[in-house]
Amino acid sequence: MTIEVRNIVKRFGDFTALDNVDLKVESGELLALLGPSGSGKTTLLRIIAGLEWPDAGTISFDGEDALARGAGERNVGFVFQHYALFRHMNVFENVAFGLRVQPRSVRMNEAGIKKRVTELLDLVQLGWLANRYPSQLSGGQRQRIALARALAIEPRILLLDEPFGALDAKVRKELRQWLRSLHEEIHVTSIFVTHDQEEALEVANRVVVMDKGRIEQIGTPEEVYDRPQTAFVHSFIGESIVLPVNIEAGRVQLGDKVLDIAPNGATPGPSQLFIRRHDVILQPPGNGDLEGAVRRVRAFGPVQRADIALRTNGNETMIEIDAPRDRELKVGEVIGLKPKRYRIFASGA
Amino acid sequence: MSETLPLRDLTKAKESSRSEPALVRYIIIALAVTFLTIFVVLPLIVVFTTAFSRGIGAYLAALAGEEALAAIRLTLIVAAISVLLNLVFGIAAAWAISKFEFPGKTFLNTLIDLPFSVSPVISGLVFVLLFGAQGLLGPWLLANDIQIIFAVPGIVLATTFVTFPFVAREMIPLMQDQGTSEEEAALSLGASGLKTFWRVTLPNVKWGLLYGVLLCNARAMGEFGAVSVVSGHIRGETNTMPLLVEILYNEYQFVAAFAIASLLAMLALITLVIKIILEGRLERHHSDH
Repeated sequence: MTIEVRNIVKRFGDFTALDNVDLKVESGELLALLGPSGSGKTTLLRIIAGLEWPDAGTISFDGEDALARGAGERNVGFVFQHYALFRHMNVFENVAFGLRVQPRSVRMNEAGIKKRVTELLDLVQLGWLANRYPSQLSGGQRQRIALARALAIEPRILLLDEPFGALDAKVRKELRQWLRSLHEEIHVTSIFVTHDQEEALEVANRVVVMDKGRIEQIGTPEEVYDRPQTAFVHSFIGESIVLPVNIEAGRVQLGDKVLDIAPNGATPGPSQLFIRRHDVILQPPGNGDLEGAVRRVRAFGPVQRADIALRTNGNETMIEIDAPRDRELKVGEVIGLKPKRYRIFASGA
Repeated sequence: MSETLPLRDLTKAKESSRSEPALVRYIIIALAVTFLTIFVVLPLIVVFTTAFSRGIGAYLAALAGEEALAAIRLTLIVAAISVLLNLVFGIAAAWAISKFEFPGKTFLNTLIDLPFSVSPVISGLVFVLLFGAQGLLGPWLLANDIQIIFAVPGIVLATTFVTFPFVAREMIPLMQDQGTSEEEAALSLGASGLKTFWRVTLPNVKWGLLYGVLLCNARAMGEFGAVSVVSGHIRGETNTMPLLVEILYNEYQFVAAFAIASLLAMLALITLVIKIILEGRLERHHSDH
């Protein structure tokens, strides 16, 4: 099932939640909508599900107008952030709900429902909890039951709203891998919303980065991490060193100093230089483009992290770098730094 | 979740009260007990002792009288109809207020409380002014041979009006607290609006609903002021139990008056017991999530 979102606009009073959003989701994809809160990602998900209606734009499933149908007729499985399990029903009845509310003409008989629910509970590995009530389950168990319930109607699309947001870190990590392998098993077109970049990069085939109701970039996890197209994406995903620079006559200037790096086609004017923390090469002082004193070193794990007081234009700017551990850094030492890889974006863009 | 907060405050309050000097505590407890004895326990005892003052035979005879039976029947009918009406109106109002956003919502929310803030006598008078012979719709009703005032419909209307807030007030906070995500889940699973309501919304609020119905019923059976204005006090026809108590009392038939009153008092006691049970259920239901 492909999903095509075109020119979707959604306003809540004066607030524009979605501002002309276009998105095409390929069949069988596992797509992440990633962005800070208020970026419109959940609104977009709810519009696709039919739980919210757009002010303008179209949505089609396999070329068919989805907006002509209500939430119940779209055959979309939706998993809520806080599970939304029916608290007065046991686990079995929760999963069976979607089968029981079908019109009499297409509804399965009791034996069919029992068989299907049992299969689903086995799929989420929680068959032994069939008679429990939601209040008796842990967060991770609730979320898996919510997923089983959504899958019961054999949805053409699976939508997950911050599926692991309310869980603790360890369970979150387990469920992530589990969702990944589940998707490989059932291969239903899936979209999940998250504000956690690690989750998006690790689980999804493609990541849609959103900010302020707009899509900033769509790409594979590698693409959005290595080749961010906007300043927002660069600063939102991964850790970056950001320095204010000026592009003039094909040269990159930091204060009054000309850096030995090419502007890479950046437009002249005030800009921002983005460098990943691990994309700097340490050099003897005087040789690098940038120079500063080491203020603090945390050496554990595969890299050492250092706070450097960068000298720029008579001022000091504190930056954090990740350096390999083969060269020991001492507090107070002055070192030169050379950007290995970097990107320049015009300020205010 | 929000329920745990006041609970915690309560435990804190209990702790701080324990730190008061013993004397202060005993004085406060004594005050409360004295107050309750004078205003609640004594009247109850008086009701029952007076009712049985000439023996159980006289008591039963008073209840089995034609007028008494008519009053009991009328009270039950009126309570049944107004509770049913308020059940429907109350659920509809609570559903609309707690699950949807619409203009005038705050106004509607305030309007629901109106019967609580208006004197019951005024509530009765409003209906007389509307439907009475000299009232706004009086001539039309007369022409069509419909009698509302000084008849059962008037009593039902007045009772329904006075007891309207009970169900809605009980349901609104409960429904608001539960939010809409379970309903959304049901809808996305293919349930129609009606199925969602029957299978998800209603089961979730059933204890609160029963609680509201219970209070509504107690008030409906006991309502005096509003009913008194619209009833016309026609013996054996438009006298409810509270009205009959007053009439019998004014005619110095104390045993009969207090016999009927004892029924109302028992209703209150039963209501109290069920209320305690329901409150326990409600609390457990809430602590589930």
